[in-house]
Amino acid sequence: MKTIGIIILTALLVASVNAREIKLLNVSYDPTRELYTEYNAAFAKYWKAKTGDDVTISQSHGGSGKQAQSVINGLEADVVTLALAYDIDAIAKQARLLPADWLKRLPNDSTPYTSTIVFLVRKGNPKGIRDWDDIVKKGISVVVPNPKTSGGARWAYLAAYAYALEKNNHDDAAARAFITKLYKNVPVLDSGARGSTVTFAKNGIGDVLLAWENEAHLALKEFGADNFEIVTPSLSILAEPPVAVVSKNAKNHHTTEIANEYLKYLYSDEGQEIAARNFYRPRNEAVAAKYAANFSPVKLVTIDQEFGGWAKAQKTYFADGGVFDQIYQP
Amino acid sequence: MTPVATTFHAAPQVVHRHTTSEPPVVRRLLISVALAFLSLFLFLPLVYVFTQALAKGFGFYLETLRDPYAWSAIKLTFIAAVIAVPLNCIFGVCAAWAIAKFDFPGKNVLLTLIDLPFSISPVIAGLIYVLVFGAQGWIGLKFPQFADWLTDHDLKIIYATPGIILATIFVTVPFVARELIPLMQAQGRSEEEAARVLGASGWQTFWRVTVPNIKWGLIYGVILCNARAMGEFGAVSVVSGHIRGLTNTVPLHIEALYDDYNFTGAFAVASLLALLALVTLGVKTWVEHQHARQDKTESTA
Repeated sequence: MKTIGIIILTALLVASVNAREIKLLNVSYDPTRELYTEYNAAFAKYWKAKTGDDVTISQSHGGSGKQAQSVINGLEADVVTLALAYDIDAIAKQARLLPADWLKRLPNDSTPYTSTIVFLVRKGNPKGIRDWDDIVKKGISVVVPNPKTSGGARWAYLAAYAYALEKNNHDDAAARAFITKLYKNVPVLDSGARGSTVTFAKNGIGDVLLAWENEAHLALKEFGADNFEIVTPSLSILAEPPVAVVSKNAKNHHTTEIANEYLKYLYSDEGQEIAARNFYRPRNEAVAAKYAANFSPVKLVTIDQEFGGWAKAQKTYFADGGVFDQIYQP
Repeated sequence: MTPVATTFHAAPQVVHRHTTSEPPVVRRLLISVALAFLSLFLFLPLVYVFTQALAKGFGFYLETLRDPYAWSAIKLTFIAAVIAVPLNCIFGVCAAWAIAKFDFPGKNVLLTLIDLPFSISPVIAGLIYVLVFGAQGWIGLKFPQFADWLTDHDLKIIYATPGIILATIFVTVPFVARELIPLMQAQGRSEEEAARVLGASGWQTFWRVTVPNIKWGLIYGVILCNARAMGEFGAVSVVSGHIRGLTNTVPLHIEALYDDYNFTGAFAVASLLALLALVTLGVKTWVEHQHARQDKTESTA
């Protein structure tokens, strides 16, 4: 009996001396699965070395709008890493889980990495797709997700719109005609970016996929560079997928400090390297230079210059009864 | 019209007689059409699931199933089924008992309500729970104290195991009841009435008379209920939150693997569900066989 008692006592002592185990939930959008799998492991290692605590980071992925809706409805994310600022604004506005000025809490408008929209075509580019004008031609089948649910799809829509505006001297009617023609060529709207990539690459539907740059590179890696190639258009949009601590949830979970550190570490050299390795354009110039071969130069417009910010763009184009609803008839 | 044995529930009366006079050509044609259809739409996909699952060898297959995320999905699916099936079993017997043995106002309403989960889309079922229990939902608006109490005690419903169990219960409500109602209605109430006249108590009547009569129908209902509980996708998907290793059930884990470009892994986990279906079919056949045999011994005795 005595020995058993001693064993139990030692076990309890060891357990209490042992490091704390902290849990974090990162609710993210669709194409970041691989990025955060790698980053979470790196951060857990960094945190263990720094504080001695173990941290387990859970991931949830899906269309950006859908994920934001889940957080609003009570999915208790400590941090959100979504496809666009509007979706985090929605969490701030509708559920008041974080302050309205969250965008200014971290450098670069809380966007540690950027991306853009490119074309993925089948090997040898059989339809000769070089730029936006080629994908609105009759008979070209374009795969792109649904802008109502997918962040990537909204960036893709805005990239096409921006091209049409620039080409037509900012004539909105001409841009609208262009985008109408584009969505006439879309046979299927998946709910998230990943669904569209599988539709295009695995199920063989469509001539061109409008994809996140990182998603296009990943598709090359997963499905073989001998099957597909990336075409970078003459103009695209600077896609800024921001990150934020969901303050109220983190406070309830007592994870505010580590949640902040988790996001800040994305800006560190290691965080930036991981982003670049996963084909996100890093903010850090030294890292960007190192991985320059991965990213074709392209003229990028920003949503603020071209469309007056997310709130306005969302209302004009993607709200119920907005331009997208008017031009898209399935 | 040729007499057709209706095999709606567990008691098919096998008729071994040539009741048709159609020429052999017609018979063979009908049989081959049925077989071709079955192999094209059922057998081939099933074979495809298993060949794809083993496409990278048995080692990869085992590794996929041993993955911690896969394990947690299997565990969660199991927990949901272990809670949902017995609850629906109790509810199904109560409801069938009430409907078949008694007359009361609102009987038809109850019958319709039992069928509700069959008639509405599972996605809507999931959404109902989000709209009621979600952070912006009805409970939070109408009973903020209760909602705060839940938060203070770290009790989550939506995007956690309770929500998944609720959704699973909802979609599997009709299975046991639907199986028992026609059976109990066909049996009538004369045996129970005889038992009561002979002095049996309510419980005695239930355990000694009713339960043995409905045993096979009940087992059959439980099998179907379990198959659906473990395979449900839509309703569970809405309330899950898709947190890997925490709130993904087996069907959701399959979707996640597929979206991770891990197609072989997705098929490997899918083969588990396919195996479950095959086991279900096997048990079902066995139950039918047992039932038929028991009926035979009873009628000869």
